[in-house]
Amino acid sequence: MAFHPRPPSRGAALCPCGGSHASGFVCDAAPTDGTGAFGEVAQEAVLRAAFPKAATRRALIKAVGAGTLFAALDSVFPLARAREAMAQGGGAPEKRDLKVGFIPITCATPIIMADPMGFYRRNGLNVEVIRTAGWAVIRDKSIAREYDASHMLCPMPVAMSLGIGVAQPVPWSVAAIENTNGQAITLANKHKEKREPKDWRGFRFAVPFDFSIHNYLLRAYVAEAGLDPDRDIQIRAVPPPEMVANLRADNIDGFLGPDPFNQRAVFDGVGFIHVLTKEFWDGHPCCAFAVPRGMMTEMPNTFAALMRAIVEATGYASKAENRREVAQAIAGQNYLNQPQTVVEQVLTGTFADGLGRVQRVPDRVNFDPFPWHSMAVWILTQMKRWGQIRGDVDYAAVAQQVFLATEAGRAMRELGMTVPASASRTHRIFGRDFDPAQPEAYLNSFAIRRS
Amino acid sequence: MSGGVSFWRSAGLSLLILALFLGAWEIAVMPISGGGGAALDPEYAALLGQAAAQGGTTPMPGPSAIGVRLFELLSDPFYVRGPNDQGIGVQVAYSLLRVGAGFGLAAMVAIPLGFVIGMSPLLNAALNPFIQVLRPVSPLAWMPLALYSIKDSAISAVFVIFICSIWPMLLNTAFGVATVRREWLNVARTLEAGRWRTAIRVILPAAAPTIVTGMRISIGIAWLVIVAAEMLVGGTGIGYWVWNQWNNLSIADIVIAILMIGLVGLALDRLLGLGARAVAWRE
Repeated sequence: MAFHPRPPSRGAALCPCGGSHASGFVCDAAPTDGTGAFGEVAQEAVLRAAFPKAATRRALIKAVGAGTLFAALDSVFPLARAREAMAQGGGAPEKRDLKVGFIPITCATPIIMADPMGFYRRNGLNVEVIRTAGWAVIRDKSIAREYDASHMLCPMPVAMSLGIGVAQPVPWSVAAIENTNGQAITLANKHKEKREPKDWRGFRFAVPFDFSIHNYLLRAYVAEAGLDPDRDIQIRAVPPPEMVANLRADNIDGFLGPDPFNQRAVFDGVGFIHVLTKEFWDGHPCCAFAVPRGMMTEMPNTFAALMRAIVEATGYASKAENRREVAQAIAGQNYLNQPQTVVEQVLTGTFADGLGRVQRVPDRVNFDPFPWHSMAVWILTQMKRWGQIRGDVDYAAVAQQVFLATEAGRAMRELGMTVPASASRTHRIFGRDFDPAQPEAYLNSFAIRRS
Repeated sequence: MSGGVSFWRSAGLSLLILALFLGAWEIAVMPISGGGGAALDPEYAALLGQAAAQGGTTPMPGPSAIGVRLFELLSDPFYVRGPNDQGIGVQVAYSLLRVGAGFGLAAMVAIPLGFVIGMSPLLNAALNPFIQVLRPVSPLAWMPLALYSIKDSAISAVFVIFICSIWPMLLNTAFGVATVRREWLNVARTLEAGRWRTAIRVILPAAAPTIVTGMRISIGIAWLVIVAAEMLVGGTGIGYWVWNQWNNLSIADIVIAILMIGLVGLALDRLLGLGARAVAWRE
């Protein structure tokens, strides 16, 4: 009789941690000292190795009892240490050579800096970060698995998982938030007198992608001023790097785009920074470190190592005193390909605003890896508000599936960062409290909406 | 062929036109200095580009600035510093490789197929509508479809070159084969040459100049297409290099890239021109 390998757990849903839990079980509570789910998995694996025949194993357990058997095994095999190693995800990565795509913007800072500053290498990975031409290309290359993980706008995995803008649903996840804040509305110099959005009727704006926080923030901002973003202004999707060139050519009146392109417009004397998006929603998510959802189960150790590298880099970038060093590491030809002073102004928050002033906003861009479920819920309300999704949406379920708060939290805890107790909270957006438990009520409170 | 005009006179005129053009360009982009801009806070000015600090926008670079940059690039054209930073020579090589693959595949399909179409008036008429509809489609329109269905960006780029460069070869081959002189075919028949023998020994040499002309048009198109395809797909190649330098708004590099694209295109055309001379015949 041949031995049929069986997954170590009998549960219907195999948790990415390798154990099986009842649904709803919060896996990040699993202890890392070698007891609990991880420990059981390790024990059972050893047992299987020692007695490969299922019949023998069962007979032994019946005869001497599981406890005695493990004690006996422990004397020849350091079970405790095996359990611990497994619980800490210390296993060798299943795949070391990875490709990660990125768009050359400061939002990608953790993904990029982890290469020259050695965060990937220190976690046992050999990662090639590849500059990519636009969001649609990064999405298609990710779906084709040319990239193992990607820099994406955080609404993109939501849209892809729901099957919007793609042929069929592609389950991708936001494993960590890359950056918060860090975007701005830049207007052409000729509009220096038109600082009120209600005067913007007929303006042509660029945003990076349809499924972007930029699109939703710009729409919400002009709608607050009474303009209908679909009728009163024009919004085009333009890859970030092409925004300044378009502004210069007078092809657009302004853009809500990522840095360094807001700063680059000032640097080249083409435009000025009208407002930082931090003023709309302080701490809003922007870009994501996205992974295919299957990665957690297919290559758990690679996933864990990658998460550690990204979260560690994000933590390093969040510290004000490291920002200059980071700017120097990522400005070069191989990464952002921008003048260093431009990147530095973005990251340090001491910048020329194009209106003759030097502003000092240290949290102009910030880095916090935790993917709050409530952020995903807000994104979903906006997708529904502007007609990108129709019908009923299970906000909480989608948020939980796509935003991997548990996994990001685990990596943060391992690195000694404080992890929020709950993955949901109230955000203050455009001067109003957004309650993630009441998404429909929030949505219905807007006069200008498509659904 | 040049109608008695001496090479030296025409070359001299070419150089004169070039010198005038570059001179006018250099003068046109000279900064208008005169201290016109309002005095800016020095801390603020230090955060801006040189031109913006004087109240203007960054100007178009002059030929001298481009010349300096060209020297810089050509002094080390083959360096590789990571996947996103490689020398201009490496980029041109990548583009040539893609064009070679796409064009080669197109030739392998187009020439035999063109032969069949040319020899059969029925097939010619039946396939003509498809060819006419597909022929004028821009490479950029093929790209999303290719990326979506092939799911591999490298193969997609080659496919786009293939699909855009196949038509001139196909049509020219078909035309060349269809218009072989009837007398020659009759002579072949009188000599009791088989179909295969007639095709290889009579039709192919007779149609060869037309076929090579088609290939020459195709390689020109392939080289046009590669720039557009690489700008979309990214990664490597001279087209991607243009896109990348556009991100950085470095016009000098873009001008250099245009120059390189032109020169390589010329070289490719000349190469097939030599091929054309080899298969040419005179009555």
